[in-house]
Amino acid sequence: MPKDHGIGASPKRREDVRFLTGNGNYTDDINMNGQAYVHFLRSDVAHGTINSIDTAAAAAIPGVVKIFTSVDFEAVGGVPCGWEITDRHGNAMQEPKHPILAEGKVRYVGEMIAAVIAETAEIARDAAEVIEVDISDLPAVVNMKAAVVDGSPKVHDDLTSNLCYDWGFVEENRDAVDAAIKGAAHVTTLELVNNRLIANPMEPRVCIGDYDRPAGDHTLYTTSQNPHVIRLLMGAFVLGIPEHKLRVVSPDVGGGFGTKIFHYAEEAFCTFAAKACNRPVKWTSSRSEAFMSDAHGRDHVTKIELALDADNNFVAVRTDTHANMGAYLSTFAPSVPTWLHGTLMAGNYKTPLIYINVKAVFTNTVPVDAYRGAGRPEASFQLERVIDKAAHELGVDPIALRRQNFITEFPYATPVAVEYDTGDYHATMDKLEEMADFAGFDARRAESEKNGKLRGLGVNCYIEACGIAPSNLVGQLGARAGLYESATVRVNATGGLVVMTGSHSHGQGHETAFPQVIAEMIGIDESMIEIVHGDTSTVPMGMGTYGSRSLAVGGSAMVRATEKIINKAKKIAAHLMEASDADIELKDGTFSIAGTDKSVAWGDVTLAAYVPHNYPLEDIEPGLEETAFYDPANFTYPSGAYACEVEVDPDTGKVTIQRMIAADDFGNIVNPMIVDGQVHGGLAQGIGQALLEGCVYDDDGQLLSGSYMDYAMPRADDLPFYEVDHSCQTPCTHNPLGVKGCGEAGAIGSPPSVVNAVVNALRSAGKDVTHVDMPLSPNRVWEALNG
Amino acid sequence: MTQVSMTVNGQAANGDVEGRTLLSSFLRDQLGLTGTHIGCDTSQCGACVVHVNGEAVKSCTMLAVEADGAEVATIEGQAAEDGTLNAIQQAFQDNHGLQCGFCTPGMVMSATALLKDNPKPSEADIRAYLSGNICRCTGYHNIVKSILAASGQDVAGIAAE
Repeated sequence: MPKDHGIGASPKRREDVRFLTGNGNYTDDINMNGQAYVHFLRSDVAHGTINSIDTAAAAAIPGVVKIFTSVDFEAVGGVPCGWEITDRHGNAMQEPKHPILAEGKVRYVGEMIAAVIAETAEIARDAAEVIEVDISDLPAVVNMKAAVVDGSPKVHDDLTSNLCYDWGFVEENRDAVDAAIKGAAHVTTLELVNNRLIANPMEPRVCIGDYDRPAGDHTLYTTSQNPHVIRLLMGAFVLGIPEHKLRVVSPDVGGGFGTKIFHYAEEAFCTFAAKACNRPVKWTSSRSEAFMSDAHGRDHVTKIELALDADNNFVAVRTDTHANMGAYLSTFAPSVPTWLHGTLMAGNYKTPLIYINVKAVFTNTVPVDAYRGAGRPEASFQLERVIDKAAHELGVDPIALRRQNFITEFPYATPVAVEYDTGDYHATMDKLEEMADFAGFDARRAESEKNGKLRGLGVNCYIEACGIAPSNLVGQLGARAGLYESATVRVNATGGLVVMTGSHSHGQGHETAFPQVIAEMIGIDESMIEIVHGDTSTVPMGMGTYGSRSLAVGGSAMVRATEKIINKAKKIAAHLMEASDADIELKDGTFSIAGTDKSVAWGDVTLAAYVPHNYPLEDIEPGLEETAFYDPANFTYPSGAYACEVEVDPDTGKVTIQRMIAADDFGNIVNPMIVDGQVHGGLAQGIGQALLEGCVYDDDGQLLSGSYMDYAMPRADDLPFYEVDHSCQTPCTHNPLGVKGCGEAGAIGSPPSVVNAVVNALRSAGKDVTHVDMPLSPNRVWEALNG
Repeated sequence: MTQVSMTVNGQAANGDVEGRTLLSSFLRDQLGLTGTHIGCDTSQCGACVVHVNGEAVKSCTMLAVEADGAEVATIEGQAAEDGTLNAIQQAFQDNHGLQCGFCTPGMVMSATALLKDNPKPSEADIRAYLSGNICRCTGYHNIVKSILAASGQDVAGIAAE
């Protein structure tokens, strides 16, 4: 019998009612009295020297309030980067200035050159069109490998080259890995591309800057996954505004997927301009602007080698990756191909020796940063693809090869610096085998072939590191921030609770799931608990939502704060019942003295806290409100086994997903319905990466995939019903809820199984295909089949 | 400026618009009906779907002046006056057919139009009909399930967890 409330139940989402009736409060739904509108004039060339900007004609248009160029920002800092990587020689990465508006040069199509503020958005756009910008084109740097060859044009004149860093991990293992590969019985090599993607949350970015001149207070409304981080980065590093004079609000946010983590120049611009113009300034991104200004994702080119001994045990992995940074360093960009990628290269396997080399490269393209999974999909894809290729070369079953090399004892210290606390990879593979009916595949293939189609089956495992992150560890690794989370639990006199969490919900359902945890702890109804998030003026501090961290880190902070509440409430209850607080038990919202029938209700205790007529004032303060900061001891390590079955039309090359099956281990589950939904969404994005989505630049740095006409978003008719399971549960050992995180799993786990399935299908036609690069468009698949 | 008058969710609505003002902008900016969302600028995403004279229309493809005299229905007019969700809205909540909520108004308006013409659509019918509505959160699984449920079809067996 499923639970109907508390942890493990699936209550209907309370946020749905406002979204289903048009009553959501997204940033673009907010309008301020007297607001003006900004339109950004963006570069239409990838690389060039700005000779002149003539704004006279634009300024003369009625309704234009003010026009800004880079000269207006000379006293302002650049957009900061939040992570510094140390390269394999011990040197800091190269870090160019990232100006608010282009200074002297433009470095990607979409970079902001000037900003027009006007009475209406239409006037601002019309005026921007008559600004005359004279740019001398320079050769564009687009190809990553060419960019790091001597003599390449440079994206930044003041850097020594286009190489941001050359990172080796674990550098001390480099020679040992080389030797192991040299001496191995078998080495499988695979070169592949992890295609560049554009996150495309359905709500484009929006910012509104507001300034209260008498008080000197700034407010920024912005579509962010982490408003406190924006407040810190923008206030401290860009505009010089202390936290107490800067409020950042992120109300309902229409999806993030990573690309709304980062501090963007538009946010700083609107905040700055609101003061300069003495009125609110609003920017609403068009989708076209989003394509050329939201940080992109992935974009790795990798060579991976897997060495095996004569018994097919993995003995070493070596990789060589070029990772695109784009033209400037976005907030967390340097961490993605390094710590979020290299540390996962052990996967689910006991490979003793691993060496990762990553060259991060500046190009004349939009900055690249975290996108759902961020580094972990890149790790999983290359590892699971090369294992499949090795199985093929060795003539062994790909599942058996994986099982043979599984890590089976926990905790397990990998050779790439992390320690998996718990997991059971055979259990998820067993579950997958049970769900997928591999035994029936041959019959299904025969049926497909009868219909003129090829059928393929692909399987893979994945592991990820979530619950980001232990602050002392990430500090050693170059993070310029702590990655704890905070929560304040305020209990009102009549017993209701308000929880102010630093996590941010932009689709994840925190307003529904978080109360389930507290309801379970206290034994009260979820309707007595309200979640507040997304406003720096009400929430004490927050590092935000990304990396599947909300429940594991933010939820743990909430648990710690609630424990403090319960401890204090027990003291009050003990006083009311004239007992010792050690004897007080809390169950179903009632405090009782152990072994007696004496009890007081939750509401009696909360009322006593605020009406302390009979109260232990000599021992504790009145009131019932507690704050906790939770800094995790380790990452969490969700894992799973996935299978995909595809049909390929040999005449057209079109791939159709027939089945997509996911067996995940997320540890404990608070709301199974929401977890299913998170996996579904991740699977769609992973299948999108594998089959449909590709961000393409031409050799001149022009963005060819700049709209939904050219960038293939997954549609309803591209996708099947998914089969998902999360009954395998090895609870996380170091957070109070035993949870691991589920938001990114689908996007990490699905691309390799899709590609493995398509390669398997093509081989069934007698083709010796070993790899096809994503996206597996009909054209690429047809060429692989007919090439 | 041109004056336009139309009926929106059963109420008379008037305003002065530029010739280039889109119906979506008129609804959002002049009538304050911000449930209709703008997710793209190429008429691909479907977040702005409303009904004009009973037909589903992407309101970013229609000028406000073209809707002069029309009957327009938006997401704000779908629930009962006391706030009770209609059957399609309720099916979306029951089946977790939404996450961030941004595409949801367009999904509900499209689903409503589909079920009017095709009261018992198949899974394939639904997926084909929704190809003009993009969702980035749900992977469509629970949206398709919601619409099947709203049409009275049994969804208990769909891809059992």
